[in-house]
Amino acid sequence: MTIENASGSKTDTEEDIVVTNENHNFQLPIICNADTLRMLIRKDGVRVVDVRKTEEYQQEHIPSAVSLPLAQLLEKDIPSAILDLLQNLGISDKMPVVIYDNTFGALAARVAWSFQYIGHPNTALLEMTFSQWKNLGLEIETKINSFPMKKHSLTINHSIHADASYVEAAKEQPNKILIDSRERLNFLTEHIPKAKNIPYTMLGSNGSILRSPEEIRRYIENRGIPVDAEIITYCGSVGTLSGLTYYALKLAGIENVKLYSKSFREWKSLGKPKEEFKDANYWDLSAD
Amino acid sequence: MADYNVKTTGNTGPIQKGVSRPKPNPKWGREEESEMFAQNVKHFRQKKLSDDDFRRFRLQHGAYGSRLQMNYSMIRIKVPSGEVNPEQLEKIASLSEAFSIGSAHVSTRQNIQLHWVQLEDVSEVMTGLVEAGLTTREACGNTVRNVMCSHFAGVCPDEKFDATPYAKAIARFFIRNPMCQNLPRKFKINFACCDNHGLARIADIGLIPEIKDEKRGFKIYLGGGLGAASFIGHLLEDFTPENKLLSTCMATIRLFDRHGNRENMARNRMRYLVHEIGWDKFQKMVLKERSIVEMTTASYTSKLFDVRAEEETRPFPKAVNAKMVKLPMLNERVTLESPAYERWLHSNVVPQKQDGYFTAFITLAAGDITANQLRILAGAIREFSAEGTARNTPQQNLAIRYIQAVDLPDFYSRLGSIGLANPGALTIASAVGCSGTTSCNLAITNSHRLAKEVEYKFLELGLDTDDSLRDSTIKISGCPNSCGQHEIATIGFFGGASRIGPTMAPTYTMLFGGSAAEQSELGKAIMRVPAKRVIDTIRKIIEIYKQERSDSETLNQWINKIVRGEGTGSVRNIENMKASLTPVMQLLPVDQDPEVYSDYGSDARFSAKTAKGECAA
Repeated sequence: MTIENASGSKTDTEEDIVVTNENHNFQLPIICNADTLRMLIRKDGVRVVDVRKTEEYQQEHIPSAVSLPLAQLLEKDIPSAILDLLQNLGISDKMPVVIYDNTFGALAARVAWSFQYIGHPNTALLEMTFSQWKNLGLEIETKINSFPMKKHSLTINHSIHADASYVEAAKEQPNKILIDSRERLNFLTEHIPKAKNIPYTMLGSNGSILRSPEEIRRYIENRGIPVDAEIITYCGSVGTLSGLTYYALKLAGIENVKLYSKSFREWKSLGKPKEEFKDANYWDLSAD
Repeated sequence: MADYNVKTTGNTGPIQKGVSRPKPNPKWGREEESEMFAQNVKHFRQKKLSDDDFRRFRLQHGAYGSRLQMNYSMIRIKVPSGEVNPEQLEKIASLSEAFSIGSAHVSTRQNIQLHWVQLEDVSEVMTGLVEAGLTTREACGNTVRNVMCSHFAGVCPDEKFDATPYAKAIARFFIRNPMCQNLPRKFKINFACCDNHGLARIADIGLIPEIKDEKRGFKIYLGGGLGAASFIGHLLEDFTPENKLLSTCMATIRLFDRHGNRENMARNRMRYLVHEIGWDKFQKMVLKERSIVEMTTASYTSKLFDVRAEEETRPFPKAVNAKMVKLPMLNERVTLESPAYERWLHSNVVPQKQDGYFTAFITLAAGDITANQLRILAGAIREFSAEGTARNTPQQNLAIRYIQAVDLPDFYSRLGSIGLANPGALTIASAVGCSGTTSCNLAITNSHRLAKEVEYKFLELGLDTDDSLRDSTIKISGCPNSCGQHEIATIGFFGGASRIGPTMAPTYTMLFGGSAAEQSELGKAIMRVPAKRVIDTIRKIIEIYKQERSDSETLNQWINKIVRGEGTGSVRNIENMKASLTPVMQLLPVDQDPEVYSDYGSDARFSAKTAKGECAA
């Protein structure tokens, strides 16, 4: 297995650690903390993916990061196209991939989920946003990175995906729980029948895109959701907010989680049933 | 524009902003109460706790059911004396974002409310509040509710002394006190600063600081309150010395607990008891009960009432500005064309009794403020207020006190950066509106949105710059139950439903001539106004006033004259007034103008939907 040197230039002797296959096989946790990522970058054993807009990436980014704006992935959101993206970013089957954004983790989560869906399980979210990384004074660079193309296999992980017909069948089954990740007022206005609401705003905390697993687990348990239930997450349009919820639930130890990636926008366009609540003018409480 | 001379006070050192150390955590909350709440929600869901028992428990802990959706709560955060510090504002911001709707709401009784919180998350919010020293304990239910104190207390030029530590000590004595855990009904205590400010006459116990023979004490008013039937409180005695404050409050609560009506929820506030017994008799009963309390209360118990412990002990820096500062204050004129900053100064900033210090008000639309605004405001308070705290006001605004004149422009720009620099806080433009159909089971109309519409319109028209309207107030409730305090407004409104032709439409009953403070008067009902005609009606009243007024008469003075039937022009009394306003009330048939038959915030055809209220537990 060959290792690409991100910069192509000579690194410090101290950093010039012999990179072994071990690094490639480094198994990432769901959330990668800053220290682990810095270690992996130093050892050149990770592909860092920046999913912000191209202009933002061009200004500055985490060292060795490549650019994959979420919009580019959503342009052609099918497994073969995503596979092409992976290969073009020089990501091989076992390579650890750490993804970050500057949108409280939601964009990163959607990209990470897509990678895992087409068969790249060794994918993690960076624990913080780019702004938080920068505010901590951690390394950034401006150089545009690209890497030779890599071959990647395609193994669709059907168990983490739900489509509209799956959701429609699931809402009648008591062991399958739908979670709506949108904010409270959107949820109250209309949602998929029987869905429970965990607004994405509950998931993050100061300095981290996700709270502790204990806290998230408590929110789940408080809602009377058994931890061995199958949970399907959805949000308003393209599965970003619910992508973050997907990872929050995984972090909390829920085994069986699926993302309804086309979410409520598709559900509505298909004319599927909705629950609405029109007996209160709650929008008028918002000071926005 | 005249020079406003800010006196110097000797200190000529560098300008010192803020105070050196923040106030200690006031510790109103208790961690174990949030744990118990979480436990009881589970028991309730598992049907181990009956609906009634759970409701009582929930209300005792400050979570009120939301409109026609009992799985959601309105969390009422008590703010005793209205004093809220920057850490607390930041905590409320993050809790509102995580668990509520991303905005918080300042109530008319100095609470801060978080709406539409899922019942399962209430304990999480409570836990967060405890960290910041806040509580929801006894914010609802049949308890002593939030103890109010005039937001001018401590800075009011007319006050005899600062009532704040007394208000906080009373709040601390009665919270969780076994003697008031199961009263016949809720119980409200309001402290004023002086005769002109505060809500002493519309509380179960209202107190105004007084000094007699160089001793501190209070004028205490009992049995006032607003509601479906409202009463103005009665003066207990000319002067109640400080050392009888606690025993007077205890005696009153004990009498209410013993004699109050526990059968008829609609008539069980103490004001009905006073009314039924008769004031003379009730007054004697209180004085007698007070003697008994004084003779029987253990000194250990009395010591739990500790005013000294609540006193401000931090030294504030003296204001150091020696320059002549130009401020268009109360006695100056501004117009719609004046610079925005001057317009804001004119209607939102008042001098304090402390030389060189000013109180600035934040104009909130019907009390709503976003999480982000709360965060930036918290920073501004730390930076610009020498006392480093805010007070919330019954006009649903925030008062930031102890700002030096030189800092006002920077403070104003900071507010402007987050959309909080609207003028009009101390004028007719700052309309009060309860939560109405946005969240309350009892509401018939969307009073909340209407209050916002009034404010937007009046600011657009520049009515905040018209000093003849300045002492007038607009207050709006979504039902007859007075949470919007419509009965003490110059022009008040409470919501209802009326049949207009064959169609039901949201309407408001309009009241004239209410007022707060020590000379409180209740407004008189005038006529019903369709919801969508309220703004036009107020504008018409102003138009008539402008034609009819004599000399320097203000709108408020003129309206009171009309209520008394002493008008001198073509509109002499209420009947003339009604006749003049009738054209504004005319509506086209529903098929030609359906919009005027619907309520604000809703395209659907209006129907008066309500459910059981939870004001009584």
